[in-house]
Amino acid sequence: MNYIELHNISKTYDKGKVLAVNNISLSVSEGEIFGLIGPDGAGKTSIFRMLTTLIIPDSGSAKVLGYDVVKDFRQIRNEVGYMPGRFSLYPDLSVEENLRFYATMFGTTIEENYHLIRDIYVQIEAFGKRKAGQLSGGMKQKLALCCALIHKPKVLFLDEPTTGIDPVSRKELWEMLRKLKTENICIFVSTPYMDEALQCDRIALIQQGEILSIDSPQAVVGQFDKFIYAVSSDDTYKQLKVLMQYPERLNSYPFGEFAHLVVAGELDEIRLGEFLKNNGLNDIRINRINATIEDCFIDLSRQTKV
Amino acid sequence: MYSITADKLTKKFGNFTAVDAITFDVKEGEIFGFLGANGAGKTTAMRILCGLSYPTAGQARVAGFDVYKQQEEIKKNIGYMSQKFSLYENLTVSENIEFYGGVYGLRMKEIRPRMRNMLETLGLAGEANKLVSSLPLGWKQKLAFSTAIFHEPRIVFLDEPTSGVDPVTRRQFWEMIYEAASRGITVFVTTHYMDEAEYCNRISLMVDGRIDALDAPANLKKQFGVETMSDVFYALARGAKRNE
Repeated sequence: MNYIELHNISKTYDKGKVLAVNNISLSVSEGEIFGLIGPDGAGKTSIFRMLTTLIIPDSGSAKVLGYDVVKDFRQIRNEVGYMPGRFSLYPDLSVEENLRFYATMFGTTIEENYHLIRDIYVQIEAFGKRKAGQLSGGMKQKLALCCALIHKPKVLFLDEPTTGIDPVSRKELWEMLRKLKTENICIFVSTPYMDEALQCDRIALIQQGEILSIDSPQAVVGQFDKFIYAVSSDDTYKQLKVLMQYPERLNSYPFGEFAHLVVAGELDEIRLGEFLKNNGLNDIRINRINATIEDCFIDLSRQTKV
Repeated sequence: MYSITADKLTKKFGNFTAVDAITFDVKEGEIFGFLGANGAGKTTAMRILCGLSYPTAGQARVAGFDVYKQQEEIKKNIGYMSQKFSLYENLTVSENIEFYGGVYGLRMKEIRPRMRNMLETLGLAGEANKLVSSLPLGWKQKLAFSTAIFHEPRIVFLDEPTSGVDPVTRRQFWEMIYEAASRGITVFVTTHYMDEAEYCNRISLMVDGRIDALDAPANLKKQFGVETMSDVFYALARGAKRNE
C-alpha cells in the first residue's frame, strides 16, 4: 500500500494570486525515505501542511495511510508525526514536560516507546529540567524529533530538519532516520541541501511549486544527458568569465573549488586547456566528472525556465 | 597587508570560555570562510570582530582598528549581511539603500548616483519603488549583499548568507562575492554549506572555541586524506566536547 498519495494537488494563497503548489502528483510507500529537495519558496512547506491536514488543497486529492486529507483528518492526525520547520514546542515547559505532554496527548507513555527515541533523547536527557525555550537550536531540533516520534507514528513528516544545523548533527540525524526506516516508519522529509538527496530512497526535485524530477537519486543523476568537466586554475573569478566565452559551452558555474563546464558531448581537453591558457590562466586542471544532484537541479531548472 | 589580525583572542562568560585564544589573520581581498559546529564560538568571535562585544583577553585589529578602543571606527569600515536579517521588508528598495547609505555616513548627493549604478548592474532599475517584501528571495539576497558593500567597506561579514536559496541564485551570489573580492574588499563568511566553504581562499574551522584547522580547502582535504570538506569537518568536529 502507498502510505502517501498526492493526485494533481494545487494550492494558492492570497485569493489565488500566489501559486504555491502546481498540480503535483506523487506517492510514497511503506518504509521509504522520501525527500522533497528544493529551495525556500518551492512549495515544500505547503505540501507538508496539506498532508498533515493543517491546510486544505485548492484542488486535487491526497491520502495518507489511505485516509483522505480533508475528510479523514482526525485519523491522519492520530497516526502521523510532524516536525514543522519552525520550532513549535511549548517554550515554557521543560524538556521532560514537553515530551510527556505529547505522549499523553496521543494516549501513550514515554516508557512505552522509549526505544524509538533513545538514541536522540540520551543526548538531551541531561537538560531534562531545562525549559524548551532555553535550548540551543540543535537541542530544540532533537527534542522536537522526540516529540514527533513518541507515539510511534506510521508516517513521520520532517520539514527541513537539518536547516541551520551543522554538518556533524546533520550526519547524525540522517543516521537516525535510516534506523527508523528499519522500524517500517515511512519518512517524508524536505531539505534545501542538495547533497542530502543521496540519503533518501527516492526524491522529488521541486522548484516554484513544480516537480522537476522524481526518482531515486541514482536515477535522477543517471538521466543527466550532458557532459560535465570540472576545471580549476590559479584565478577562480577570471576563470568563470573566460569559461563563459568557450564556444561549446552550454552552461558553466562555480562548484566548490572547481568550475563546472557543461557541454553536449565529449570535449577535446587539450583544446580547452589551451583556450584557458591563452586567456591568461595558469595551473589548469581539467577532469570529466559525473553529475551531482545539484548539477541536475541546475540543468532541470534551466530547462523549465526556457 | 592584513584586514583582520587576531592574536590569542579570548572571550569568557563567567567560567565558560566561548572563544579560546584564537590566532589567525585575513589578507586584504581574501575570501575567508569561518566554519564550526553550532555552539563552537563563531558568533561570539564574529561579534567581537564587528565591534559589538569586547574580548576578555588577547588582541585583534579589524581594518587596522583595535577591537578594544576603536569599535566605532570598525563599524564604519565594515559591511554586514545575514540571511536572517538584512533589509527592511516594509521599505522600498530605494528607501533601504538610502537608509543604509545614510547610516554609514554617505550624503544623499553621493547615494543617488551610486544607487542608480547599483540597481542598473543588478537589473533592478525598474524595482526601485517596490517594497522589498514583494521581491523574490534571490533578488533580496543580491540586493542585501550590494547594500552591505554600498559604502565600499574594507571588509564585509556574511553570516550564513545563502541558506535556503536555490542553486542557480546561490552561484550568481558567489560570482558577486568574487567580484567584490577582486576589487579588494575582504570577505569574511560563515556557512553550513560545505561546498560553499570550498569557494573560499582559506577557511578556519572552530571546535570548542579553538581554531583547530586553518588552510586552503584543497590543503585541508589533502591533510586529512579525504575527498570533501564535509569529511574534513566531520573528522574535526565530531571530537567536540561542548554540547552547544
